Amino acid sequence: MRALREALTGLRRAPLLGFLSVTSIGFGLFILGLFGLTAHNIDLALASVERQVQVVAYLQEGTDPARADVARKEIESYPEVSGVRYVSKVEALHDASQELTEFSDVFSDLEVNPLPASLEVSLRPGSRNPEAVKRVADRLRAYDFVDDVRFGREWVERIFSLRRIAGLAALVLGGAFALVAIMLVGTAVRMAILARSEEIAIMQTVGATEGYIRRPFMIEGLVTGLCGGGLAFGLTWGTYRLVDGTFLDLAWMPDLWIVGGVAAAAVLGMLAARRAVRRELRGLYDL
Amino acid sequence: MIRFDRVTKRYPRTGAALEEVSFYLRKGEFAFLTGPSGAGKTTILRLIHMHTLPSEGTVRVSKFSSDSIRRRDVPQLRRRVGYVFQDFRLLERMTAAENVSFALEATGVPGRKARKKVQELLSHVGLAAKARSHPSELSGGERQRVAIARALATDPLVLLADEPTGNLDRRAADGVFELMRRINDLGMAVLFATHDAGLLHRHRDVRVLELEHGSLVYDSAAEAREAGA
Repeated sequence: MRALREALTGLRRAPLLGFLSVTSIGFGLFILGLFGLTAHNIDLALASVERQVQVVAYLQEGTDPARADVARKEIESYPEVSGVRYVSKVEALHDASQELTEFSDVFSDLEVNPLPASLEVSLRPGSRNPEAVKRVADRLRAYDFVDDVRFGREWVERIFSLRRIAGLAALVLGGAFALVAIMLVGTAVRMAILARSEEIAIMQTVGATEGYIRRPFMIEGLVTGLCGGGLAFGLTWGTYRLVDGTFLDLAWMPDLWIVGGVAAAAVLGMLAARRAVRRELRGLYDL
Repeated sequence: MIRFDRVTKRYPRTGAALEEVSFYLRKGEFAFLTGPSGAGKTTILRLIHMHTLPSEGTVRVSKFSSDSIRRRDVPQLRRRVGYVFQDFRLLERMTAAENVSFALEATGVPGRKARKKVQELLSHVGLAAKARSHPSELSGGERQRVAIARALATDPLVLLADEPTGNLDRRAADGVFELMRRINDLGMAVLFATHDAGLLHRHRDVRVLELEHGSLVYDSAAEAREAGA
């Protein structure tokens, strides 16, 4: 209670400093929030493309459908595979004429169906990466009745490199903003310590423990971080509401990200304050 | 209770502040620590308070030794060593009672017990009637009494006073000195740093430790021992 009272007194005593810290952290995290919102929407778009990743094994002319069915069951048991569909020659032609309507005349005039039968293999969510896709393709090629295997290698690799870049950018930007937030809270706490140096000196003289001296500053850091996180959330939400449906159709970030972001800001504020006050107190004494 | 064993203290910029100082202050003893400005009086008090550590030699205070004390033990030591400053160091925004209570709170004394103790301490220093006064409403002597009450809050074994009468007129200074004597009569050791020759002259019965350029040049107790031998 004493620590909380002192922390609130500290914030009241230097409202401008508190305001500056909260807004600086708030705007820093707001940029991170905007990035998170963008990253989340890019991620959703990539995931929808990724869901369409498929490996298609084209079968040799005259392959016995019974053999293809045995293979289908085998392939379904692969850990990477979520489902296999056998597409006969007739179905392939039908699908082609449905999808390529501009060539429907050509398809209907054909005397011989040139399209091969195939096995369309869908993959589980965790197995849509280039390595897993290639592994499945290699196993399909091992069947002697398989003529060719296609899986859009370039696309799969591009999708994954995009995801990696997005993840790396989030990590770098997140780290940079966390560092800025630590520095801001640290500066605010150091100024608060200077403003209360007389009290601290007296506390140390009479034998207060460091924990006792540190606690109000840590709470002050926590409150500052929490307010900064709250402000960032408000600004990000406002921007989302403004943009969504007007310029773009956006999805809002998962709740866990929001709660995690605000909580991380609070913890960050507290730890930054702890570090700053430890450093300041250590500087006062030989031991 | 306080033992200095060949203590030297050097500062990186200003050089040696103390050179091989040795003395012993018994439990319940009263001693003046005297010498001109810069002689090393405050350095001795800071070493006892473990505000700084010796460059050479050992300082022992009760069970604590400068050779082995850990950072986390320092608050415990300081609760056994009261400290009074020349400039009082009271918090202006607090009343006299709150200044004393602040020290009790900082050392974990619970509210009700602290309130009772504040009353006792302020009565002890003769300021019960001024408990609600702010430092700015008190005279210099009264402020120093509040500072003494605060220093006594943790029931220390020894009271260190760094020129406590330096900012006071003679009457107030005598009052503060008499208060220190009364405290000493209750069994608490007092190390009273001063360069007030008049004060020393008026209280010739008190042990004197005299410093000059960082060296202990005179110890009246040692001289008395030698004369006795």
